[in-house]
Amino acid sequence: MSTALVTPAAPAADKLTKKALTADHPTWCPGCGDFAVLNIFYRVLEKLQYPHENIVCVAGIGCSSRFPYFMNTHGIHFIHGRALPLATGISLSRPDVHVFVFGGDGDGFSIGGNHLNHAARKNIKLTYVIMDNFVYGLTKKQTSPTSPIGFKSKTDPTGSIDRPINPMRQLLASGATFIARTHAAQVKHMEAMFERAILHDGFSVVECLSECVMFYAGAFDDSTPRKGGTFDTIDETQHNVTDETAAFKLAENLAPGKFGVYYQVNRPTKNALEQKWIDDTQSKLGGVSQKDVLKKRFETMR
Amino acid sequence: MDGSKSPLRIAFSSANPSAGEPARTTIMSTASAPSSSSPTSLRNAVIRLAGNSQDGIQSIGGFLARLAGRTAQEVMTYMTIPSTISGGPSIFQVHLGSGEVLHEGDEADVLVAFYKHSYENHIAALRDGGICFYDTADMGPEDVKHERGIIHIGVPFTSATVEAVGGSTRDRGKNMFVLGMVCAVFNLDKEKLVGIVSRQFGRKDESVLRNALLAFDAGFAYQVGDVEKFAFVPGEATSGHRISADGNQMLTMGLIAAGVRYGSAYPITPWSSIMETLRVELPKYGGLYVQAEDELAAVAMTIGAAFAGHLAITGSSGPGLSLKMEALGYASMAEIPLIVVNVQRGGPSTGLPTSVEQSDLMQAIYGSHGDSPRIVLAPKDVEDCFYIALEAGKLAKKYSCPVIILSDQALSSRIEAFEEPDLDKHWVEPTLDISTRPEGFKPYPLDAITQHAPPGSKMAGGKYPVSTGLEHDEMGHPSGSPKMHTLMTNKRRNKLVQLSKELPLPVIHGDQTGDVLVIGWGSTYGPIKESVDRMRSEGHKVGALHLRHLHPMPDGLDGLFKKFKHVVCVEMNDSGLYGYGQLATLLRASLADPRIQSVCKTDGLAFRIREIVTGVEKIMSA
Repeated sequence: MSTALVTPAAPAADKLTKKALTADHPTWCPGCGDFAVLNIFYRVLEKLQYPHENIVCVAGIGCSSRFPYFMNTHGIHFIHGRALPLATGISLSRPDVHVFVFGGDGDGFSIGGNHLNHAARKNIKLTYVIMDNFVYGLTKKQTSPTSPIGFKSKTDPTGSIDRPINPMRQLLASGATFIARTHAAQVKHMEAMFERAILHDGFSVVECLSECVMFYAGAFDDSTPRKGGTFDTIDETQHNVTDETAAFKLAENLAPGKFGVYYQVNRPTKNALEQKWIDDTQSKLGGVSQKDVLKKRFETMR
Repeated sequence: MDGSKSPLRIAFSSANPSAGEPARTTIMSTASAPSSSSPTSLRNAVIRLAGNSQDGIQSIGGFLARLAGRTAQEVMTYMTIPSTISGGPSIFQVHLGSGEVLHEGDEADVLVAFYKHSYENHIAALRDGGICFYDTADMGPEDVKHERGIIHIGVPFTSATVEAVGGSTRDRGKNMFVLGMVCAVFNLDKEKLVGIVSRQFGRKDESVLRNALLAFDAGFAYQVGDVEKFAFVPGEATSGHRISADGNQMLTMGLIAAGVRYGSAYPITPWSSIMETLRVELPKYGGLYVQAEDELAAVAMTIGAAFAGHLAITGSSGPGLSLKMEALGYASMAEIPLIVVNVQRGGPSTGLPTSVEQSDLMQAIYGSHGDSPRIVLAPKDVEDCFYIALEAGKLAKKYSCPVIILSDQALSSRIEAFEEPDLDKHWVEPTLDISTRPEGFKPYPLDAITQHAPPGSKMAGGKYPVSTGLEHDEMGHPSGSPKMHTLMTNKRRNKLVQLSKELPLPVIHGDQTGDVLVIGWGSTYGPIKESVDRMRSEGHKVGALHLRHLHPMPDGLDGLFKKFKHVVCVEMNDSGLYGYGQLATLLRASLADPRIQSVCKTDGLAFRIREIVTGVEKIMSA
């Protein structure tokens, strides 16, 4: 699959521009990787031209989770770790809206870890961007679930001792149907990944390495060419994105690891399966009004 | 018993009610003098069926309850469910009456014991002079304790069932044998009862229904000996149809009628049957109910559906409500309308999962961090479960905040018969308002109640709203301003103050002024009303006041309290460190009336009439 397949939706009556999408000035620190994520998200939305009122941005708690305030779209800034189930409620009850979830490594892999597994296995139709900075930034430098062993933080002053999770393997095991990895300093790559994620019909997740210049400066130098690192992308002529085993193998070492689409398959979404159940159930009722359905139910209780 | 050949006379404790005592308050009271030729007329009777959970006694109890609904009888049932998956002792008690039935019955008139252990555990619940039928397969006359004038009748439930149905099914179907026997002894409407049974089993394999009816007929024909037969006096015919249902069913139906189409929950006893029913029913209405991975996800998904513009519901029982608390604080802060059902059970922690308690009142009102005002309602009986759900839907939408419905284990499982709700009058069509919002739209206006613009709504002014858990200004921008936090806290509180002024004062049952006002909430409505009637018949001036709105409470309660010498709250929770139950504590704190006293209990069982009467009389005489 390539970005060439992308066909923009019919242009909305009012053209969606970056200006229309811009809200409050971000509260992030100067130099934060999240600025680039925000800018690329504007750009992708400009390209896709979804109706403005049908875009919803959802987030939990964390620096990156402030995202909805910086987007002039319908938004909801929820509680720590529960953005995905909240977004699930929106996605399943409103097939007409496009649901985007933003968060960090603590929100997604620690306090919200269980929800990630379940939203993924249910293949909820939404796109989830995890801005991974390997540290808790909003609370000022504690160890995160992705902090590497030896990382010195306020909760591990002599260096982290717990094995960090491998986000790609975690996501592959969860049952997500689109899994990609990108880098906030590689805007072209990020744009391509976001676009493919958004156009995927199912639970699409993108891990985006996004440097915290305040509490973990240099975390991603090994994958930043201008800092002497290598940005190694996945060659999709060699890697079959539908091959789960190959994807697990590809995710063996993420320091710095590969960037691109690790895995993408088509599996019916929960949205579609539930809708089919609703349609099948209603077709058996033969067009009886909703009020009469309940009246008939009462008749069986007489 | 005395060797005479005449039919056994049951020693009615209330055959000749003393002057002034309402017949309805007596148990198994007779409406006319017994005669040997025709059945003795009854106004009401309490039948307790005791066995193991796999014996199907719940289904016979259900059949009897449904029959009551069909024959204009009143009914209230009581059942215990073992918390283990299979096996374990279980009972089903049916209180049938031709007048109003307000409680499950202090004592049973008839005990049907399926086993020796059932007999031993429940014989104390049988009244003096009551009848006990026991299965001769598990006990004999030598196991019987001859006491209190109880009449014991051994019946071979097991062997007679096996004989009637055939050897291959072993003793399955002995519940139907017992149903047939009860039908004969109480002269129940056999035709209607068989109709109900047939409809229930008709959906299954043909042989299942055939075997059930064979067992039923064998029980019906069984000669239980020279025991006299009874018949209920006809109930008062009503104009509309009557239905019989349990509280969880009626809450579910009420939610659907209120326009609820979405929500999510996690299984927990005794809440689960509501989510199971919503899961199956909502697709018929174009909606969807999601089983979440945990309680936190369940409330989050429900808030998601509510944010998306739908009337949505989550629910749980005690421990699950605790897990939802952080998100409920969010819903108060972000002013999201949603309904939360809590089917209370005994606590704390895993506590008594299958017993009744009213100990979640404080949690419902004050659980969660920060000042997080919300509405709390409690249904008074099974029928009211329907109407409280309707009201919860209206209040959630109008005040844009969480509404908690406090039901309980007793209400959830007991069956009552009542008039079918008039859907032409009560049906609420679900709505999704995604109309374009005018320029200058404020999601959190200080001078009005928040009404959100859900996704899909165009914003004429070009500025899209963000729903937020951070303290915010009128536009929803995060704000740490001391003044703004005060103003917004006031805004979230004042809408409930407004509601308290709009609520009608509850009507006092009984005396409007006098010795004592008995206050209750939730499922204690029936027992308190019955207790008040009994105390009044004994010459006391007593009123009963039942609160359906617990937070906010209606404005002006103090005026009602002033008309009584004593004020007593009757609650199924602990009297705490200072001697007052949860509602009593709230009333004392808000009204500063030191006369408010408590009658509390924590045995996991519904109140008996005599417990309430004794407790209230003790306070009156203190």
